[in-house]
Amino acid sequence: MPLIIKKTSDIKSSEITPKSVYLDRRRFMKQVFASSLLVGADAMLPAWAKRWPDLPQSAFKADDKLTSLEDITSYNNFYELGTSKTDPAKNASLFNPNPWSIAVEGECNKPGVFNLEDFIKPYALQEYIYRLRCVEGWSMVVPWVGFSLADMLKKFEPNSKAKYVEFTTLLDKSRLPGQSRRVLNWPYVEGLRIDEAMNPLPIMAVGLYGDVLPNQNGAPIRLVVPWKYGFKSIKSIVKIRFVETMPNTTWNELAPKEYGFYSNVNPEVDHPRWSQSTERRIGEPFWKPKIKTEMFNGYGEQVAQLYTGMDLRKYF
Amino acid sequence: MVNRLRSFILVWIYENIFKMSVTPSASAVSYVIKPVLFIICLVPLVWLVWGAINDTLGANPVEVMTRETGEWVLRFLLITLSITPARKILNLPWLIKLRRMLGLFVFFYAVMHFITYIWFDQYFNWSEIVKDVVKRPFITIGFAAFVLLIPLALTSNKIMIRRLKKNWLVLHKLIYVIAVLGVLHFTWLVKADYLQPVVYFLILLLLLVYRTYIQRNTRSIN
Repeated sequence: MPLIIKKTSDIKSSEITPKSVYLDRRRFMKQVFASSLLVGADAMLPAWAKRWPDLPQSAFKADDKLTSLEDITSYNNFYELGTSKTDPAKNASLFNPNPWSIAVEGECNKPGVFNLEDFIKPYALQEYIYRLRCVEGWSMVVPWVGFSLADMLKKFEPNSKAKYVEFTTLLDKSRLPGQSRRVLNWPYVEGLRIDEAMNPLPIMAVGLYGDVLPNQNGAPIRLVVPWKYGFKSIKSIVKIRFVETMPNTTWNELAPKEYGFYSNVNPEVDHPRWSQSTERRIGEPFWKPKIKTEMFNGYGEQVAQLYTGMDLRKYF
Repeated sequence: MVNRLRSFILVWIYENIFKMSVTPSASAVSYVIKPVLFIICLVPLVWLVWGAINDTLGANPVEVMTRETGEWVLRFLLITLSITPARKILNLPWLIKLRRMLGLFVFFYAVMHFITYIWFDQYFNWSEIVKDVVKRPFITIGFAAFVLLIPLALTSNKIMIRRLKKNWLVLHKLIYVIAVLGVLHFTWLVKADYLQPVVYFLILLLLLVYRTYIQRNTRSIN
């Protein structure tokens, strides 16, 4: 009588569904929908298939037309997954953001290491519609899912020596293969002055368009600082440190004359190699002229007071 | 035995591949090879226009158009500069008949690159364009390379070759300056990943080294 039940050794490892895949039923459903409908997968996706289908809107909300999910997820600067704009989407599947933990360190009373679920559990998620202006001269409007950075930082009780907050991206060549080429000084590091970080605008984002963050957009958790150039909004964060001195941030270290620590969106201060006075809004027809860039990306009312008395040409 | 076999193979390769002299007839070049090459050279443009109309150039079509037209300028430039070495190494002297057309495609894609910048990138905002050319070194040298291409394109016909005589050769040496400026223009706009400009630079360097090597050799013979 033939043996019907296969021995473990008979099953090729390629036939076994990876744990991360079979656990993630929602993502699987999405793939099924995406492949069967091809276009407008998100629009067609039933609400129950999204992780957060119906979130309240944040107080600060851009009225601009949203950039499509397709554009937001196919045009990315995430050198850890490749240096061209389309690389991160192509290489997204190589990056598995599960499991994930975040370390909080430095000048605070309640440091610790937390797994992602515990880390985000205390906060009520909201939808934040923010403009994102890249230093390269293009912009998007993204409906992020997240919570206030300030609320999160206060939980760890920063002490009086905490003058800056430093954020670090995961360093792991096997999960972020772009790190095997030393294009940047890995791991990617960004930072904010503590009063910038405590402003109500910046958020920790865990999703966009009502669903978990796609890997190419900085899964599973990233920073969003809407009045600064996009590279300040660091992706895939594993470490948050309260520090006394200004952190050495990645792009600033690479080219200090081109990328300042502050990097506030400012149409009057050009990048040394290109103008910052206008921007191309992604999704607009290519034959239309670019739009004017706003001071602080249009968030001056909320953040201009952070920089009173500072020469923004010097502290660019 | 092994040595004899090896030398036999080497001689065979030399005689049959390096010294191979496949010379198509003059009419085959004019009526078949050149028209086919002409159409092939237009493929990148057709691809871009098709993509722009059908919205398949991704989230930022202007960036793709600018980058592709610019890179094709460099590619055609390097192909044009490879004609002479290819003729000599592969012993295919008739390749010279294709060089002018390839050179004119350098200019053609440079015009496309320039139009993309003026129209779709800056939308005829002349004050911004002038500011760019004056203030931004990478645009300055790109623009300089483009301006230098114009006299070469205008004099690439039989009448001008005859009229300029020896000066024509001197004038067309400008292509080396243009090539260096072009690669610099590309290098200078990169933020961090220099792999691609370095590849262009190395190919250009190889072609320039080959030329100086050939020149030195011919001089010593004379």
